[in-house]
Amino acid sequence: MAFQEIKLYQVGTSVVGNRLLDPEHRTAQARMGRSNTLTSGHRACQGCGEALGARYVLDAAMRATGGNMVAVNSTGCLEVFSTPYPESSWQLPWLHSLFGNGPAVAAGVAAALKAKGREDIRVVGQAGDGGTVDIGFGCLSGMFERNDDVLFVCYDNQGYMNTGVQRSSATPPAARTANTKAIGPEAGNVFGQGKNVPRIAMAHEIPYVATATVADLHDLEAKVEKAMTFRGARYLHVLVPCPLGWGANSADTIRVARLAKESGIFPVFEGERGEVTAVSKIRRQVPVEDYLRLQKRYAHLFANGAAGRPDIVARLQEEADRNIARYGLLGGEL
Amino acid sequence: MLRQIEGSQAVATAVQLCRPEVISAYPISPQTHIVEALSDRVRTGELAGCEYLMVESEFGALSACIGSSGAGARSYTATSSQGLLFMAEALFNASGLGLPIVMTVANRAIGAPINIWNDHSDSMSMRDSGWIQLFARSNQEAVELHIQAFRLAETLSVPVMVCMDGFVLTHAFEAVDLPSQEQVDAFLPPFVPQQSLDPRDPVTIGAMVGPEAFAEVKYLMHAKQVAALDEIPRISEDFAATFGRDSGGLVRPYRLDDAETVVVALGSVLGTVEEVVDAMREEGVRFGALAISCFRPWPLEEVREALSGAKRVVVVEKAFAVGAGGIVGQNTRLALSGLPTEVYNVVAGLGGRPITQASLHGLFADVVEARLDPRRLHFLDLDVALVERELARAGQGRRSGPHAENMLRDLGVVASGSV
Amino acid sequence: MFAVRIHGRGGQGAVTAAEMLSVAAFDEGRHAQAFPTFGSERTGAPVVSFCRIDDRPIRLREPISHPDALIVQDPTLLHQVNLFAGLKPDGFLLVNTSRSLADLGIAELAGAFDVRRVATVPATELAREHLGRPLPNAALLGGFAALTGEVSLTAVTKAILDRFAGAVGAGNVKAAEAAFDHVLASAGARAAEVR
Repeated sequence: MAFQEIKLYQVGTSVVGNRLLDPEHRTAQARMGRSNTLTSGHRACQGCGEALGARYVLDAAMRATGGNMVAVNSTGCLEVFSTPYPESSWQLPWLHSLFGNGPAVAAGVAAALKAKGREDIRVVGQAGDGGTVDIGFGCLSGMFERNDDVLFVCYDNQGYMNTGVQRSSATPPAARTANTKAIGPEAGNVFGQGKNVPRIAMAHEIPYVATATVADLHDLEAKVEKAMTFRGARYLHVLVPCPLGWGANSADTIRVARLAKESGIFPVFEGERGEVTAVSKIRRQVPVEDYLRLQKRYAHLFANGAAGRPDIVARLQEEADRNIARYGLLGGEL
Repeated sequence: MLRQIEGSQAVATAVQLCRPEVISAYPISPQTHIVEALSDRVRTGELAGCEYLMVESEFGALSACIGSSGAGARSYTATSSQGLLFMAEALFNASGLGLPIVMTVANRAIGAPINIWNDHSDSMSMRDSGWIQLFARSNQEAVELHIQAFRLAETLSVPVMVCMDGFVLTHAFEAVDLPSQEQVDAFLPPFVPQQSLDPRDPVTIGAMVGPEAFAEVKYLMHAKQVAALDEIPRISEDFAATFGRDSGGLVRPYRLDDAETVVVALGSVLGTVEEVVDAMREEGVRFGALAISCFRPWPLEEVREALSGAKRVVVVEKAFAVGAGGIVGQNTRLALSGLPTEVYNVVAGLGGRPITQASLHGLFADVVEARLDPRRLHFLDLDVALVERELARAGQGRRSGPHAENMLRDLGVVASGSV
Repeated sequence: MFAVRIHGRGGQGAVTAAEMLSVAAFDEGRHAQAFPTFGSERTGAPVVSFCRIDDRPIRLREPISHPDALIVQDPTLLHQVNLFAGLKPDGFLLVNTSRSLADLGIAELAGAFDVRRVATVPATELAREHLGRPLPNAALLGGFAALTGEVSLTAVTKAILDRFAGAVGAGNVKAAEAAFDHVLASAGARAAEVR
């Protein structure tokens, strides 16, 4: 195979970059030996960010553990689209119990493996944002506090998409959902206090916390692999755009995710034992508006003909600016 | 070995002898002494090869057991009252997944009003959760039921609840004959799970089932419970063969031969009931008692057969279906359908009110002398005047305040449980 | 059946006393059942515990409303709780106090019972002396053995040592022995009073 010289910004950022890499540095996905942990044939929507994220996360984890892995899945889209009996897209031992108990079930699996002296088998728990930051939050905090040997992955699509796109506590302000419609004087979701679960995870001082998006799959895989080098509770929060819920074009999933990161509205960082250890710098900063305009859930901010709500767009830009300042997302080495 | 020991300590020892691999529990009175003792034994290594998870809630406790049992580990938890209700969703999930978890329920009332004392409202509220429910009359029986419960659960792949009266049994010191590790090992083989999370043989557990087969899956749960009606007596016989002790089974008759009136009850109240049955017999009244050892599955045939000779049946139960009537009573009536037997349904001992010999004696005399209407639900020792005074107060205006506070003020006592 | 009711305050060991009494009776080959008033009492609140002793298995599960013996761990309860409720006329009464029943203002109440079956013992003082802590429960069991003869002092001391290790066990045993002697000595005086 011939190699062509590549520009620096292409490395490790996209599929294009991946193809140009030395085979040793390509993603787990790009390898012949990938485990197809979440294999084809499932019922996810076209352009589903969660399916993409789960596939990368689990294949990377399978690679890191040599296939010695068990997954626990909370109720949600990922669970439903992957497994109507007798069909299953899961090519690893997989257990679904309830919506709100994924972290506790995963902790139980880890305890069983420890009791049996099989700590070589690793446990990954996974859920959407509802199962992680809302209904499963108590169990998640318990799992963190006990430092159970589980990597828990939240695929954050910012709402209850499985039940028809309702608001979760991960839904951003101003976003339209089925129960925060673009009606009334304050259209869309309210500006609440927010619930930053990666930072809450860090407050537990667990060994490893990271955020990622499906726009940078190298980064996502690297974080999974790094997470598997630790023992104890680890948390990975992956932003996964939902074409249906966000009203975005299915072909734009990666793009929307990238703009979330490049605008600063979704900071991508890593932390160990309560401290931020690394951030993914913004490569080419874009205004939040570029990110918002791709999604119909924000359409009321840019109403056709009408004035729209530049004030709200400005508030969202303020949030992005705050992230940029807080995490130091601009400048420095790329 | 015969020891004078607290019920909770005896049960903890029984559980320890069953070699659980994962214990996960959350504190709630009166279950705490059991899991505290188990936590100690895991820490000292007395209970080897076992992980003890201190979880953040009862929901988390049973959820962790779902995970550990799914991963093929013998799993145990214990709870009471509100804790059992907080587990409700996970209870149905564990039984639906066919996970052989064993749980002690130290029976306690359900609030509001908050009440820490014994009755059966907690277990009874979960009677249709797909768990087998065994009720212990004494601490000796509680010990033996736990050992049988693990065997039963793992034979049929169903979860089993061992119910023992909170405080009345859990906190009572009495003599208990504790079996040896060798005996338990001979009776309870290592756990071989029907399904397990194993990377060498990956299975998907807990996926969606649609209308195509949901009824069949649920029917199979029912069929398994029905199969338990055969399995429970078999295990009881095996237990007798190994341990030389007669315990377990579906129902336990007491002086039923020629009994015209039979008292049906569950749990520790049977001891007091038996004393009163003896007293009635001495007075020449043909009385007997039937203990329901297994409430779920409901041993309909066995109950019918045991009660078929009786003219009258008095069901004394520590819970009721508000707005509907007795629970054990309804099940008993179902078992006796078509027979001329009169069934008297009496609710007693709610929220820890003592069920005394004197009260039972009075009740039974009322039944025999036909002073009680069998079509109505009766409440033993109910302070009717107190209820009427409160209704009168409430009738005087909308904002009459909390009933519970008003009634205690009326009595001039503080809720403390002292007698 | 011999039924004992113990009145104390949370922290004085009323529950432990009933349990140790049941162990002592069990060690002598008898059937025994001890249980607390299943309350959520905090330190200092009135607490009641029970113990039944019998020669046949005990099936009864109701609280003891008509005790054969009453142990009062804290005399300050005398005017707060209806302590003597249900005590049989020939029942035993053992009160932890260094004062006389008359001083406590209950001479009249206690007078309703057989004087040979009523005793006081300064259990708190004995515990302070021998154990270094004012915990009267073990000492009272020694006094109970002397007063009722339901259990032997040997069985009581064995039950105490079964429960408490080391210096605490030894101190409690000494306090129990002293209380036993105190009650026996005062029995002579009480018998003389009857004559």
